[in-house]
Amino acid sequence: METFLEEVNKKINGVPIQRCYHCRKCTAGCPMTKHMEYNPNKIIKMIQNGQRDKVLNSSTIWLCLSCETCITRCPNQVDIAGMMDVLRQMAIESGVAAREANVLKFHEAFLAGIKFGGRINEPMMMAHYKLKSGDLFSDALLGLDMFMKGKLALLSPRTKDMKSVRNIFEKTKTDKEV
Amino acid sequence: MKVSYYPGCSLHATGKEYDQSMRAVSRALDIELKEIDDWCCCGASSAHNTNFDLSIALPARNLIAAEKDAMDVMVPCAACFNRFKTAEHHLKADKDLKARIEGIIGAKYQGGIAIRNPIDIIFNDIGIDALAKKVVKPLTGLRPVSYYGCLLLRPPEVCQFENYENPFMLDKMMRAIGADVKNWSYKTDCCGGSLAISKTAIVVEMCDRLMNGAREADANCVVTACPLCMANLDMRPSEGKKLPVFYFTELMSLAMDLPGSKDTFKSHIFDPRPLLKQLGLV
Repeated sequence: METFLEEVNKKINGVPIQRCYHCRKCTAGCPMTKHMEYNPNKIIKMIQNGQRDKVLNSSTIWLCLSCETCITRCPNQVDIAGMMDVLRQMAIESGVAAREANVLKFHEAFLAGIKFGGRINEPMMMAHYKLKSGDLFSDALLGLDMFMKGKLALLSPRTKDMKSVRNIFEKTKTDKEV
Repeated sequence: MKVSYYPGCSLHATGKEYDQSMRAVSRALDIELKEIDDWCCCGASSAHNTNFDLSIALPARNLIAAEKDAMDVMVPCAACFNRFKTAEHHLKADKDLKARIEGIIGAKYQGGIAIRNPIDIIFNDIGIDALAKKVVKPLTGLRPVSYYGCLLLRPPEVCQFENYENPFMLDKMMRAIGADVKNWSYKTDCCGGSLAISKTAIVVEMCDRLMNGAREADANCVVTACPLCMANLDMRPSEGKKLPVFYFTELMSLAMDLPGSKDTFKSHIFDPRPLLKQLGLV
């Protein structure tokens, strides 16, 4: 059977993460470490230790901003940001509830927006996210201000060939569809 | 020169000032823009966070559409630029993936057109001297810090941007239009844009830190080339921390005194007009 490490490396499809020698440069440059449960290099160690549940259940993978500072500075070209993408995708595929639920709910609302119109209509996407997250009132005044300044168009042009867009969603669907 | 143009969703909505000023500046600098036919969203962070194939297929659909026009494609939004470059990188490196994605889309990806952001086009193809010659109203008194953020620069082997830890193209362009651009240490730091809606409190802190850094550098505004950084820095810093934030193209348009150059400021959430009035620039 494939180990957790082998599974992650296969999905990253690049430099094997065990090239990491824990210099902690990724962690030093990461803007989110103070909010994370485990630092980025700790996640690498945990994958090597086979701690699948702990990693996929951690808040770290959902708090990564994908700013890519880590891979930019890694002396061994370990794609830590790519690894975080892979871990989020694995969490979704294995049905592990996202520890930062609203982060995933935002992504779901965003992708639903593309599936609906090919392009994002921000008011509709935000309304969808608010219903999903139950966070109904934050940013209400800001939203009103944006609306008054013409930044939020209730109707916006859509992609005409929606068949091609929906086809992409259909054919890239994973078992646990978002 | 003539290029394909991919505005992306932001430039039609929250980032409309960027679209308006980009079009005006392009016209003035003889860059003809041809919008990609029937484009769709690039999937942004949400696609690559959740589904790898989707995150490649969406930009690939747009790249294939752009290839019909056989011109380089200008992608002003830093997030779209990053997703286009990432898709290109993977499609060129991985034959199996390329075949799979082409099967999904039902068309071939040639990989023959360059994906470019407007900073690169203006700096390298138009040139600083040509830009400076078009200036009729130098932005005297304006002291911006240039903020590049993440998505134009990283990862460097994908984005191929100059000096990714200390870029200078935007700084030189701002100097060329008469602004007293300030040096600072936060040019390439992340503003937290991708979690602005789902983890707002953390992002407010990150934006405050950037605004503090700008003030320490004696700046009176921030200039950016990313609609997500713009939205974030314009809306999220705490009261009292905010500084006006501009798209670099808005400032170019103002310095060249282009038609409509003063029209985009009113839709900023933090009104930059008091500063511009005080400096006699509007």
